[in-house]
Amino acid sequence: MQAARSLPAPRMALATPGQWLTILGIAAFLGLFLVIPVAMVILVAFQDPNTGALTLVNFADFARNELFLRSFANSLYVSGMSVVWATLLALPLAYFTTRFEFRGAAIIQTLGVIPLIMPPFAGAIAMQLLFGQNGSINLLLDEWFAFKLPFMDGLNGVIFVQSVHYFPFILINLTASLRNIDRSMEEAAQNLGASGFRLFRRIVFPLAMPGYIAGASLVFIKVFDDLATPLLLNVKDMLAPQAYLRITSVGLNDPMGYVISVVLIVFSILSLFIATQATRGRDYATVQRGGGGLSKRPLRPLDAVMAYGVILLILALVLAPHIGLFLLSIATIWSFSPLPDGYTLAHYSRVLAESGQFIWNTLLYATLAGLIGIGIGTAISYIVLRTRIPGREWLDYVASAALAVPGVVLGIGYLRTYFGIPLPGGQPLTSFWIIIVIALAVRRLPYALRACMAAMQQISVSLEEAAENLGATKSSTIRRIVMPLMTGGLLAGFVTSFATAAVELSATMMLVQNTADAPLAYGLYVFMQSPAGRGAGAALGIIAVLIVGISTYLSQSLAERDRRAKAGG
Amino acid sequence: MSSNQLGEAIRRAASGIEVSGVNLSYGRTHVLKDVSLTIHPGEFFAFLGPSGCGKTTLLRLIAGFNNAQTGQVIVGGTDISTLPPWKRDVGMVFQSYALWPHMSVAKNVAFGLEERRLPRDEIVNRVDQALDLVNLRHLKDRRPSQLSGGQQQRVALARTIAIRPKILLLDEPLSNLDARMRVQVRRELRDLQQSLGITTIFVTHDQEEANTICDRIAVMNEGRVLQVGTPMALYDRPADLFVAGFLGTANILQGTQAGGVFSLRDGNAMPAPAGSPEGPARVVFRPQNARLAGEGTAAEAGLTALPGTVIHSEFLGAALRYGIRIGEDEVLVDVPHQAGAVLLPAGTEVQVLLDHGRALFFPG
Repeated sequence: MQAARSLPAPRMALATPGQWLTILGIAAFLGLFLVIPVAMVILVAFQDPNTGALTLVNFADFARNELFLRSFANSLYVSGMSVVWATLLALPLAYFTTRFEFRGAAIIQTLGVIPLIMPPFAGAIAMQLLFGQNGSINLLLDEWFAFKLPFMDGLNGVIFVQSVHYFPFILINLTASLRNIDRSMEEAAQNLGASGFRLFRRIVFPLAMPGYIAGASLVFIKVFDDLATPLLLNVKDMLAPQAYLRITSVGLNDPMGYVISVVLIVFSILSLFIATQATRGRDYATVQRGGGGLSKRPLRPLDAVMAYGVILLILALVLAPHIGLFLLSIATIWSFSPLPDGYTLAHYSRVLAESGQFIWNTLLYATLAGLIGIGIGTAISYIVLRTRIPGREWLDYVASAALAVPGVVLGIGYLRTYFGIPLPGGQPLTSFWIIIVIALAVRRLPYALRACMAAMQQISVSLEEAAENLGATKSSTIRRIVMPLMTGGLLAGFVTSFATAAVELSATMMLVQNTADAPLAYGLYVFMQSPAGRGAGAALGIIAVLIVGISTYLSQSLAERDRRAKAGG
Repeated sequence: MSSNQLGEAIRRAASGIEVSGVNLSYGRTHVLKDVSLTIHPGEFFAFLGPSGCGKTTLLRLIAGFNNAQTGQVIVGGTDISTLPPWKRDVGMVFQSYALWPHMSVAKNVAFGLEERRLPRDEIVNRVDQALDLVNLRHLKDRRPSQLSGGQQQRVALARTIAIRPKILLLDEPLSNLDARMRVQVRRELRDLQQSLGITTIFVTHDQEEANTICDRIAVMNEGRVLQVGTPMALYDRPADLFVAGFLGTANILQGTQAGGVFSLRDGNAMPAPAGSPEGPARVVFRPQNARLAGEGTAAEAGLTALPGTVIHSEFLGAALRYGIRIGEDEVLVDVPHQAGAVLLPAGTEVQVLLDHGRALFFPG
């Protein structure tokens, strides 16, 4: 048959009016609360503060300022060292779980979750009390052996707290990629004459490398962007704290905060790029049917002693912030002594009586942020996966780009963009608490979106086609078929967004204008500023841990139940 | 051509394999039960059996990935039972091919040579030889993920023979290929094995694969070697019911043997071979070893006529396969097909003519 030279346009519309409206709404939201604020930050960094002309002079100023250069170097150093220490914590644990058959594997799995259910800054003060110059450990060391270790001095403290907090990212990624190596990969090498360390170096290590790099770059960027932990440990000569201090003390017009923001963004993009390059095109998941993981051997007695020794040591380290925080929250006075002088519940009653609004605000903000994230996430997933509208992937790209925007930068962007816009009452728009919710939602959006995409990809298109075939419209198909099937995945995504939003501080610190509107994380930060407030701050911290812990547990069991229900059906 | 050098080197290295008294168990599961085998130098040998029969376990034992409780594995006169896998010089091609995704084809093939610390140019040389042998030299810079399944398998083969192993172990090498590739690849494997003259063990659960390419086969079931022999010998003279049934279709009729006569359950009788033990027994024959005749045809000498009824038929192309009910038993009989032949409808009364000389008797 002869090919038609030009086909007429398909007679069915590309998308329903409802779909177009949804796209417009999402585009407007992303534009207003992600693209424009970030573009504004970048633009200001390249503008002459007086004339508004485009210039590189701000960057030259940055490069000439000794404090900024030191902060830059410190941020790189702290992030790099945190990766090194996190690797040292994760490596033996990953090795034990993938190499040996032993019961400790369950403990290791728990180890991988415990640190993540506590915001790192919440544990920072507790770590100071346990490991600081006059903390429990050093007091004991001094008494018994007459020396102290500088665990928490200056940058060390940030490195210590961050690596204990973030090592699970490396552990989870590394374990997953080790598990994905098929046993025959290793056996083929043995069959051809390789063994021992050479086998590890030439086969196992390179195959596990992409997973490790993905985890390590995640740790690097989380530490690089983090604002709250260094501030709580009173370390100010790092990039994120400098950006915060410039904006809050010098003012919104000082270009330095924006220059630092640009540096933060560049490094975020760089490490995300490295992470995706490490995994893209190198899908080293090699497990074949019937195969499965590297060969495991039972623990010999000597191995067992070593393994459990290492695991217990790391467990103690990982639990230290929790234990410290808990002790602090029930301590009367805890200073210059290994343990508190006495115990009381006064801090809890004080917090509950005086600062109930922190808790209430947190629950409200995190819930709203989670709902916005899931709502937009579902809409984007549907448009990307189920329609043929040209350019639809861009919604996904832009929403995911929020990953590369540090919280401080988003906060600065909102302030700069919306400070001048007044509310009906004459107040600036940025003092309206909804702005905090939106910032939290945008920050969580990439994660929520991935959860929605995954949930929707599991639904076969034919289930929807069957509904349409039986007379259901697009919208009623979504409501009656798609949403119910996605519920499990969406709930898990919501709870995860909720839990992480509940302890987010970087963006909120910039945006809280009024203590009455502040969430729990901010309240904790304020309490921790004064020695008298520490007990109450710790009590608030424990409440935060409980909220996050319970939510994490909920989301895990929801996801698990969903998986089982789907597998059964 | 340079690949001939490789062939020469391998032929010189070809070794016989002696497996004796091997017992292996995982906890309570006895996986290999007193296995003994002799494989001759240069032979293409198959371990054939259903899944879970222990064939792969035995292969992995020879490669050193399993540890036997008792017994020995001797390759070329040397006991390798206690050597670790990397000191055995026993080349194995994995079912999954196990190509390392982070290395190019050439790097994969070079791996074993590098582990043997050969000089650089020798390695380059040998990699080319091995890849020539499987006609893949032009793809040496590709990554395994860029190759088709058949090409990946040839790379895995090249990687293994590059080290000039004493023996070659193939673990279900055709199982990951589609049906058409399978026929082609099994021919190529046979040709390659013949030209290299390398002692090869081939593990499979498919009797057709084993029959078409192997010199001799060990049929295994439940951890035991039941019978070793050439494909034809196993087919024609199976040692027991399992082997008879596993290699091709077998009809089984139950009965009793007494005084040199085998009596079927429906009362028909036929002479039993001399010296068969008395008691319950079965007669086994293949569908092509019987004929059909019309009702009431007189039996010729050396044939037993068993009256039966056609219950179904299948057209196989070269033959018509009839299902015939004889008393309580059901048998299959193949009738060679000629153009214009008429199909017997179900319900037709027939006589199954069974050739005594081609029937097998098993006690039990």
